[in-house]
Amino acid sequence: MTSTNKVAAFESARNKPEDWNRPPIIEPDGEGELLEVAMGPHHPSTHGVFRMDIALDGERVIRLKPVFGYLHRNHEKIGESISYLASMPFTDRLDYICSLTNNWAYALAVEKLTGQEVPERAQYLRVILAELTRIQNHASAIGFLLQEMGASGTPLMYAFREREKILDLFEGLTGSRMMCNYMRFGGCRVDASAAWLDEARKVVAGLPGFVDEIDRLLCSNEILMARCQGVGILRPELAINAGVTGPMLRASGINYDIRKVDHYGIYDRFQFRVPLGDHWDVYDRFMIRMLEMRESIGILEQALKDIPGGPVMDPKAKIRGFRPKPGEAYGRIEAPKGELGFYLISDGGPNPYRYRVRPPSLINLTVLEDMCLGQNVADVVLIFGSVDIVLGEVDR
Amino acid sequence: MLGEGILKGLAETAKNFAGSYFSAERLTTVEYPEQRIAPIEATRDFPFLVFDAENRDGGGPEWEAGLRCVACQICEKECPPKCIYIEKSKDKKLDYLGKAQYYPARFDIDISVCMSCQICVEVCPFEAIKMDTEFELSTTDRFGGLLLDREQLAKPNEYYHKIHPTEAAKVDAHLAGEKAKADAKVKAAADAAAAKAAADAAAKAATAGGEA
Repeated sequence: MTSTNKVAAFESARNKPEDWNRPPIIEPDGEGELLEVAMGPHHPSTHGVFRMDIALDGERVIRLKPVFGYLHRNHEKIGESISYLASMPFTDRLDYICSLTNNWAYALAVEKLTGQEVPERAQYLRVILAELTRIQNHASAIGFLLQEMGASGTPLMYAFREREKILDLFEGLTGSRMMCNYMRFGGCRVDASAAWLDEARKVVAGLPGFVDEIDRLLCSNEILMARCQGVGILRPELAINAGVTGPMLRASGINYDIRKVDHYGIYDRFQFRVPLGDHWDVYDRFMIRMLEMRESIGILEQALKDIPGGPVMDPKAKIRGFRPKPGEAYGRIEAPKGELGFYLISDGGPNPYRYRVRPPSLINLTVLEDMCLGQNVADVVLIFGSVDIVLGEVDR
Repeated sequence: MLGEGILKGLAETAKNFAGSYFSAERLTTVEYPEQRIAPIEATRDFPFLVFDAENRDGGGPEWEAGLRCVACQICEKECPPKCIYIEKSKDKKLDYLGKAQYYPARFDIDISVCMSCQICVEVCPFEAIKMDTEFELSTTDRFGGLLLDREQLAKPNEYYHKIHPTEAAKVDAHLAGEKAKADAKVKAAADAAAAKAAADAAAKAATAGGEA
């Protein structure tokens, strides 16, 4: 089989609807041997300790096997052997870029289990912090994607410059830049001072300028378009069947945002739109993140305008030594990377009987092979970057 | 025009580059050991034990006598990575409320294990353990050098006021309130005892008068 025939065979294999959920089998032509390459864990494109075993026929990817688990820290089993409160700082370390959304998802699960109410002001603070987290996650995700494309430094440094302002806000409120450990069952740990809220308003007022800057810097760049457009297509059918969530799913054109579906917290009070892609490629995933940042800024402006006074903690809530009634609860939120869920079963003891995390990074990673098959090896790095994973959450 | 987008991007980087010579806002990094950014008040890294400078009870060095910790071991139990080790004393000392309490005969924190989550601070009912802001703690001895004992952990309340002024003022107000409450209780008890004694005496006198 000549190489032109091979391309045609690949395309026809991808175009039959019954094969959309099945990775196409591309037979090597026998003219040369397959080259097996291990990309990572020391390859600069891989985030953390992640490796891809790739079989190449020339430049074309025939097989791709993601290898992970090197960062396994027994998170779920530890969660079953320590108290509910003591798991909270460990959730910071799942997706260490966005610890506050992890806190929220876990707090939501425990609040469902115990039936605690969250005061108004704490709800607003949670929304403000979650949207700030989303902006800084998307900014750094775009920076990493461009870094992998070969734009060595500039977009990433611009993103980190802005991220640093948001992390300073986190430090001012929670005491830590990344390992915030801020939310509690039935509220938040400390109240935000008026000075902090003013500072937050100032930072949020500067964010549209930053998004515009990134927009001018990248969005019409011809090299970026040539590298991204039409690369790494994820069909909506496959995305749904694989359980992909977050910006990845919305870039495949599926309108599914848990903020809109579940209205957890107080998201039903804010006006925002859900951007969708219609080319399903890497460029769409990049643009979805740009647009989501703008929507998040809109939510932040509304939340910072409306935030009421009052307590930030349910006065009846107990921090330690509580025993929820036997039962189960699943708390899920729209984390920056997708649906983050915590599933808890209580047997009436001080520790959860079962503690399970549904990590968006791991589940979004399962479609990596399907997106990469038949693509050039140079595009694998790009497709991998567009998934936006954090190894702390993949391996747990 | 092909290349227009690239030129637009280049103009953006040029603006930032040129701007960094004129505007301090565009210079976002500092030369760390020589220059330092202003500390943020809420910052935390590792825990320390607060002691009050005025000796409470008993002898020994000032830090040992003034420790607020009563070795209740709640922090040891709640610590997620289990980096705290406490040994309770055999005898008791009077605390600032005038109540006899145990004290930690040994209080070790392994800061190579500690993950700065501040749950120990949150669960402490005696305001005895607080978060420090000291981060330049590198040492050549990775076992002994990072295992802090109670002498290394003990720091005066004035230091706490210096690093977290707002929080420390709140804590002091809370402790003063507790003290006032305890004093009022003692006074009320004393008054009641005095009143009872007076009544007893009066009753006795009356009985004595009756007999006479």
